[in-house]
Amino acid sequence: MRLKHFLFGLLGVVIVACAGFFAIAWKSAIAPIRPLDRTSFDQALIHKGAMLAAVGNCTACHTQPGGRSFAGSFALPTPFGTIYSSNITPDPETGIGTWSEAAFNRAMREGVSRDGKHLYPAFPFDHFTLVSDEDNKALYAFLMTRPPVKQSPPANELPFPLNIRLVLAGWKLLFFNEGPFQKVASESEEWNRGAYLVNGLGHCGACHTPRNMFGAERAGMHLAGGQAEGWSAPALNPSSPAPIPWTQDSLFAYLRQGWHADHGVTNGPMGEVTGNLGLLPDSDVKTIATYVAALMGTPSPERQQRGEQIRKKIGEDFVLASARTDTPAGRGAAIYQAACATCHDGSRPLPFGGINFHLSSTINAPDAQNAINMVLFGLPAASGRQSAIMPGFAAAMTDEQLTDLLAYLRETFAGQPAWPDVAARAADTRSGKFQVSVRPSDGIERGPDDIGAQDQ
Amino acid sequence: MNVPTFDITRRTFLAGTGALVVSFTIPLEASAQEGEVPTAPKPPAKLQGSLADTPSLDAWIRIDADGTITVFTGKAELGQGTKTSLRQIAAEELEVAPREIHLITADTAITPNEGYTAGSQTIQNSGTAIRYAAAQVRQILIAQASGKLGVPADQLKAENGKVIAPNGASVGYGELVSEQMLHIEADPNTKIKSPDSYHAIGKPFARVDIPGKVTGGEAYVQDMRPEGMVHARVVRPPSYSAKLVELDETEIKTMPGVIAIVRDGDFLAVVAEQEFQAVKAMRAMTAIAKWQEQAVLPDQEQIPAWLEANVREVGTVTSVGADTAAGVKTLSAQFTRAYQMHGSIGPSAAVAVFKDDALTVWTHTQGVYPDRKAIAQMVGMPEDKVRCIHTEGSGCYGHNGADDAAADAALIATTLPGRPVRVQWMRDQEHLWEPYGPAMLTRANATLDEKGTIVNWHYDLWSNNHGTRPGSAGSLIAGRLMAKHFPPDAAKLQISPLGNGDRNAIPLYDVPNQRVNWHFLADMPVRVSALRGLGAYCNVFSIESFMDELAEAAGADPVEFRLRHMKDPRARKVIEVTADKFDWNNDPLPAGKGRGFAFAKYKNHAAYLAIALEAEVDAETGIIQISHVVSAVDCGEAVAPDAIVNQTEGGILQSMSWTLYEAVHFNNTRITSPDWSAYPILRFSAVPDSIEVHVVDNPGQPYLGVAEAAQGPTGGAIANAFKHATGKRLYDLPYTRERVKTTLGA
Amino acid sequence: MMRLNVNGAVHEVEADPSTPLLYVLRNDLKLNAAKFGCGMGQCGACTVMVDGKAVFSCLTPIMLLEGRRIKTVEGLGTIDNPGPMQQAFIAEQSAQCGYCIAGMMMRAQALLESKPDATDADIRTALEPNLCRCGTHMRILKSVQRARELMKSASATPVSAG
Repeated sequence: MRLKHFLFGLLGVVIVACAGFFAIAWKSAIAPIRPLDRTSFDQALIHKGAMLAAVGNCTACHTQPGGRSFAGSFALPTPFGTIYSSNITPDPETGIGTWSEAAFNRAMREGVSRDGKHLYPAFPFDHFTLVSDEDNKALYAFLMTRPPVKQSPPANELPFPLNIRLVLAGWKLLFFNEGPFQKVASESEEWNRGAYLVNGLGHCGACHTPRNMFGAERAGMHLAGGQAEGWSAPALNPSSPAPIPWTQDSLFAYLRQGWHADHGVTNGPMGEVTGNLGLLPDSDVKTIATYVAALMGTPSPERQQRGEQIRKKIGEDFVLASARTDTPAGRGAAIYQAACATCHDGSRPLPFGGINFHLSSTINAPDAQNAINMVLFGLPAASGRQSAIMPGFAAAMTDEQLTDLLAYLRETFAGQPAWPDVAARAADTRSGKFQVSVRPSDGIERGPDDIGAQDQ
Repeated sequence: MNVPTFDITRRTFLAGTGALVVSFTIPLEASAQEGEVPTAPKPPAKLQGSLADTPSLDAWIRIDADGTITVFTGKAELGQGTKTSLRQIAAEELEVAPREIHLITADTAITPNEGYTAGSQTIQNSGTAIRYAAAQVRQILIAQASGKLGVPADQLKAENGKVIAPNGASVGYGELVSEQMLHIEADPNTKIKSPDSYHAIGKPFARVDIPGKVTGGEAYVQDMRPEGMVHARVVRPPSYSAKLVELDETEIKTMPGVIAIVRDGDFLAVVAEQEFQAVKAMRAMTAIAKWQEQAVLPDQEQIPAWLEANVREVGTVTSVGADTAAGVKTLSAQFTRAYQMHGSIGPSAAVAVFKDDALTVWTHTQGVYPDRKAIAQMVGMPEDKVRCIHTEGSGCYGHNGADDAAADAALIATTLPGRPVRVQWMRDQEHLWEPYGPAMLTRANATLDEKGTIVNWHYDLWSNNHGTRPGSAGSLIAGRLMAKHFPPDAAKLQISPLGNGDRNAIPLYDVPNQRVNWHFLADMPVRVSALRGLGAYCNVFSIESFMDELAEAAGADPVEFRLRHMKDPRARKVIEVTADKFDWNNDPLPAGKGRGFAFAKYKNHAAYLAIALEAEVDAETGIIQISHVVSAVDCGEAVAPDAIVNQTEGGILQSMSWTLYEAVHFNNTRITSPDWSAYPILRFSAVPDSIEVHVVDNPGQPYLGVAEAAQGPTGGAIANAFKHATGKRLYDLPYTRERVKTTLGA
Repeated sequence: MMRLNVNGAVHEVEADPSTPLLYVLRNDLKLNAAKFGCGMGQCGACTVMVDGKAVFSCLTPIMLLEGRRIKTVEGLGTIDNPGPMQQAFIAEQSAQCGYCIAGMMMRAQALLESKPDATDADIRTALEPNLCRCGTHMRILKSVQRARELMKSASATPVSAG
């Protein structure tokens, strides 16, 4: 009897819980609108939207390389499968042409599409929720005045039950804090603006914060280092691996121009980020630098000292490595001599010369992935513009040889032991089991522009 | 500021031509004009092409007793295929197959002095000389055979290396030659064959050098491996005016394989047994050497203003008709061009050996004689003890580092007697030290009458001299760096028919009143010299852009507007063929797409070329993608039609790269574009879908230089297509993405 | 002493193990085709094949190549007996100065060996790392297309067993 009552009771709770969940999870559709007259938007608002879209780097995910801007179909590899980005041009059939401003706002604020479907957090609504209504208005104006493109993305490649969007409601319940940015009264205007940009549209944490097994950013590990498109995104907090500690000035310069003499050029997905930031006024980029520098905190005296020592080492006279080929590091030295030294010995200044490895965050990083990516794929030449060019060595080096080279670089330039798993990681990277996106480092590759030409 | 006006006008120059031929001597070394062939005192009748300077037949052609035919040319193979086309010319008149000709190219010990292989003059000058010399040799052979066979000369014919009589009797060329037989002066009245009898000229004939080049044959100076050869690398200063302050050679001397360190003032080099040893030693030396630099370069962003502010004198290029004529509409425009590179794919190299008091240099210089003279002066040897032998390098497109690499090798070789020294420049050395195409500023101003015809034309250009070739030892990097510090040659303004910075500054269009001036700059903080086309690239870009603006103001179609101002039938022909093959029309194109047209007659004396192309402009990215190109070219009688097509396609693509991407970068101290990462050029992703080149052949007509004809018109066509595609015009070269976005966003 | 397998023949080479392959090919083995263009992997004039894939020989030290198969233009055929790639480049007269051509051929050869049905777009993409300054691009593309057809018809021809 008791058991029956208990079971009925449990069933009741479950039903109520399901009903409750369903009540929360199910989102209504917002009525479609007739596509808007492009000339109805204010030029200044569109311009503001362009700037914000640059911060949000919308084009990076919503444009296929070489494809029409914002038309989607970009394949984003995630640990759960591949997700294809949607078409956010104002095309009425395949894009967002029938979305009202309210629908757009909801997508940004709550991660729900116009027709009520939950959006995958590959679209970082957990960051975009911070964006103010005013800024969303400008973004809406910008997107609605882009050229419409008829293009539908391929179906996402996700296993059951992840391919059922309702599941995302549960994810949101557990991991999503909805709501616009709230200023921190004790911090400066500059810091707050930086925080707003970094945590909101900038969605830096989407790459730079580690995630749990459900793919959500780990609470309490804000910007402690993450991963994106096969690249490790370094920590932007006190665990930053940079040999010469970042300062507000160096962060500003790096974000502004895409490189810094102490840190190298932006590569991987970051290349496009700094390229897009190139469109922002100095003042905004400065606030981002302010916020991140504050997060990193003042470097410890040990780190400062180490930084000074490194500067001295670089200024020292050229020392020839002897090529003893009976040790991994010895073999690595010989490889370095022939394959790397021409560009990386410091005789060619950045941004086109290779970074002196004493300065390299990549060689000092906790894992080998970025070093493997760089050696295997290099930096392809951008067509028709200045860009750092590094050849890929995938065809020239075996995984064992790569291991030797990285062992040498770790020992000589970072004073650290070799990474333990280089060969295995390299094999997975080569085979495509671990997917890596490879891009030229030429800054503004696909950034949105100051519009005006489109409206002619 | 009062700038003295030096009034050498083209008209006064030409007016004196008759007298000049007899009495005017321009010493070779002072001839700074690109491609100008100096004249020497000679008989009143005019010899053709380079025969005028080297009238002795045996300087050009030798026939051995076994019938072997050797032809000598003072010109060099630069990749234009002249090793093949010159053979075709000789073979034509000598009535043999082209493969029977042994051709020897530019060698100061053996071949005629034809100055520089430059200015698209090889076929015009050397080809013509060889043509007439070969024709005369054939006639001499026939005359000899006539005596031997007892048959009148007019019944004999030459065929396949023999002279044949009607009855079948024949005698081979080898049997007819005798000592000194060809040591006679060319006869200016020699008759050449008529086109209807051609078996070689104009016929398809595969290039003789390609099979070797695609199967690993020895082809370039870089492939030379004489016995005992050692490898050298130079260590250049970090900037033009840097001075060596400190160099501790101890460690370098002990590096494996190092034979010698050469140190002469600021000239540094290291020599090693093996090539990679030399490279490593060079890197070490570069890291150790300490230099004192100076900030003497102007601001890259302010070059047009700098050009205006540093004029030395103003030369009148042309002044015809009334100063201004009344019209209804006056337009003006200003254009600029950045410093641009030759950008040879293979950095310059040379091999030299100093043995028995004689110096031999294998080099890919365009001018073996001038380079020899400068090198001889530099090392303090008599000229006849120095021999320069042209050996192919990669394409040079003008005065690149070749002459300097030769000087480097020569200087190093004199310190290691008996050992052949190979110098190979590194990529950054070529990028930083080659002399660039000069930056230019141009201003056009013209007036239309009520019928939409141009009645008045003013054109001004600001530029350095486009030629600093050897010259004296001071024109060589080594000459300036060594302790002796030979002073650089003074830059002088010279107005001449074939043009320099003012090349193609005079429009070919029929405009009654024209004033064209060259505001000449002598100061050369950035090293400049001849780059393919010289001033023609920027001048034609400017003029053709401006013609479209005038056409628009006149309410006319761009092609019709050009024809309206062109009576020259050959010019009209290439314009019409191009427009027809391209299907030129005024139908609207989708947003962002445009079509553009341009025309020029290179130098106003060489080949005619018109070009039309379609381009698409993406305002978001600033990318200009050219989809298809059609061009027609008339260079007189087409000797090697395929070579003409090849060179024209090449010129179109190279000019496209210049126009869309290229600018040398520098700060106040150094050039900062040391390799392809900082100086991008065309890659396959940007190559058009199609390029069609139509050769308008004119058999029997004089040869007109064609290899540079595409550079200017391509720039103009891109400019006009851009305007058509976007409604806005870009006036500043290159059309970088930033410029495109800024212009379209404004 | 290193042993290198170049075009099917094993060579014993005395050069320092850190020597880039390009210098060994040219100076020790006297092979002319692969050329020095930049020494930095920006231009492709030095391109050769290692185990079927295109590499920049200017940046590949020979110590990486023990036991691996190196192929250069010289391994594609001879002047008297040119292979399909060489035949194609000769037939299309695909050179002006010719300095970049060997590198182009090896890049293309690597593509066609791994992808005999490479499309015209594949060819363009594959050749992106290689520069040509003379502007011979159109002919180079035509040559590779022609080589593709030659290689396909050659492989379609059955090889007699006896």
